[in-house]
Amino acid sequence: MKPLKPIGSKAGIALGVAFFLLFFLVWSVVTLGGFVSKTFLADPFTMLESGWRLLTVHGFHKDIGITVWRVVGGFVIAAALGVPLGIAMGAYKPIEAFFEPFVSFARYLPASAFIPLLILWAGIGEMQKLMVIFIGSFFQIVLMVAVTVGATRRDLVEAAYTLGAGNSGVVRRVLLPSSAPDIAETLRLVLGWAWTYVIVAELIGASSGIGHMITDSQALLDTGQIIFGIVVIGVIGLVSDYVFKLWNRRLFPWRLA
Amino acid sequence: MSKLAIEAVSRTFAGVHGGPPTRALEPTSLAVEDNDFICILGPSGCGKSTLLRIVAGLDEPTSGRVLLDGAPVGGPGPDRGMVFQSYTLFPWLTVRQNICFGLRERGVPQAEQDRVAAHFVARVGLGGFEGHYPKMLSGGMQQRTALARALANDPKILLLDEPFGALDNQTRALMQELLLGIWEADRKTVLFVTHDIDEAIFMANRVAVMSARPGRIKSDVRIDLPHPRHYTVKTTPEFSAYKARLTEEIRAESIKAATMSL
Repeated sequence: MKPLKPIGSKAGIALGVAFFLLFFLVWSVVTLGGFVSKTFLADPFTMLESGWRLLTVHGFHKDIGITVWRVVGGFVIAAALGVPLGIAMGAYKPIEAFFEPFVSFARYLPASAFIPLLILWAGIGEMQKLMVIFIGSFFQIVLMVAVTVGATRRDLVEAAYTLGAGNSGVVRRVLLPSSAPDIAETLRLVLGWAWTYVIVAELIGASSGIGHMITDSQALLDTGQIIFGIVVIGVIGLVSDYVFKLWNRRLFPWRLA
Repeated sequence: MSKLAIEAVSRTFAGVHGGPPTRALEPTSLAVEDNDFICILGPSGCGKSTLLRIVAGLDEPTSGRVLLDGAPVGGPGPDRGMVFQSYTLFPWLTVRQNICFGLRERGVPQAEQDRVAAHFVARVGLGGFEGHYPKMLSGGMQQRTALARALANDPKILLLDEPFGALDNQTRALMQELLLGIWEADRKTVLFVTHDIDEAIFMANRVAVMSARPGRIKSDVRIDLPHPRHYTVKTTPEFSAYKARLTEEIRAESIKAATMSL
């Protein structure tokens, strides 16, 4: 194979699908062939059957709905506060000097370790779930946006000044538009992480949601349901990622031109 | 009174990691008259870009000052249009929007912006590319847009920092003719930094030769070639005489610069 040589879109899709098929094939062989005990790993067909039962009998779609709501809710709050702060930090160095050390520190605080504390503070209601996601996303967003804005090409800023732009003009008309695609990319990435936090939050102290279903299934030794839950998260992640990418491409055509 | 007066401007950069400070520019003076086309010619690293950046207000002199129409220059402003060596078009704006950047910043009405943009698009020969993003343009087209963007602000003086340095020879020659044509027609005042001797002689009415670092203006040569200049002027004996003289002056400095960096 020639390095870095692009392949056609049809071939690309075929190869991508091929690995999924291979994955299912290996999984089927391992489970149906009796190499792994059913107690530990359900086969793909049992998994699908469990999933069907979850959706039709146990109202699993409500759990999916509530989990999506939590992720989106916590993420939107984190983005609404984190993006402006990140922009301010990237643009103005005194603001960055004020917040950056703390945010860098807070970024390493594991959101999941806050769960016991948050349960004390906010109970096991929705507020607690949103706070877990907020803590997990907010500091990451702030730092990554600040770095993006701070890395704006200096020659573009200088060009704007020689064209008569003032300080606020440079922020509005150079720093923001030049960082916008990377900010959107940051949000896409962090949304993916928010998905891990929500499940962790739901594993402990929740009465609904995908994570709650997974813990329940563990007690019932129903690996089919657990795997179905995980697959659902994967599919939702894949779809939201794709939508985000499509949206970014629409919004920033100048990047691709 | 000169249009632009550079008065004993020097620049020293602080040392890196506690090292000794670097003297980039010795106290330098230069008077630019209205409608002058001055090329600052010097070997690389001689501080010619530093000098231009100080005039633009993007860098501050360690000593001395710059006066534009008698008023001291504080920071960058639209009265000194600048074209950079690197491609500095705003990638998220189309050619037309790039050209209108300064006008929009000043709050010029849209109709007027469109009129000015159309004029300068035609002036630099970019008709049909108004809606293109910079990424879709060649290097030469990008620099033509950058030139139009600077001119659209109607600056008192146009500053160019090796704007054609990254272009291939043929494109560079065309760009030189384009800029010279604009200067001949609109009688702008131009300060142009280059290390290319032919470029300097072809366009300038004065060439200021800079010495190797720390830079200073070593000689100021008037170029008395008739206008309008056609590219064929490059093959005349007069042109060759200027070239021989400037080559000699630059060569000594280049050797100095090369041995210093060893």
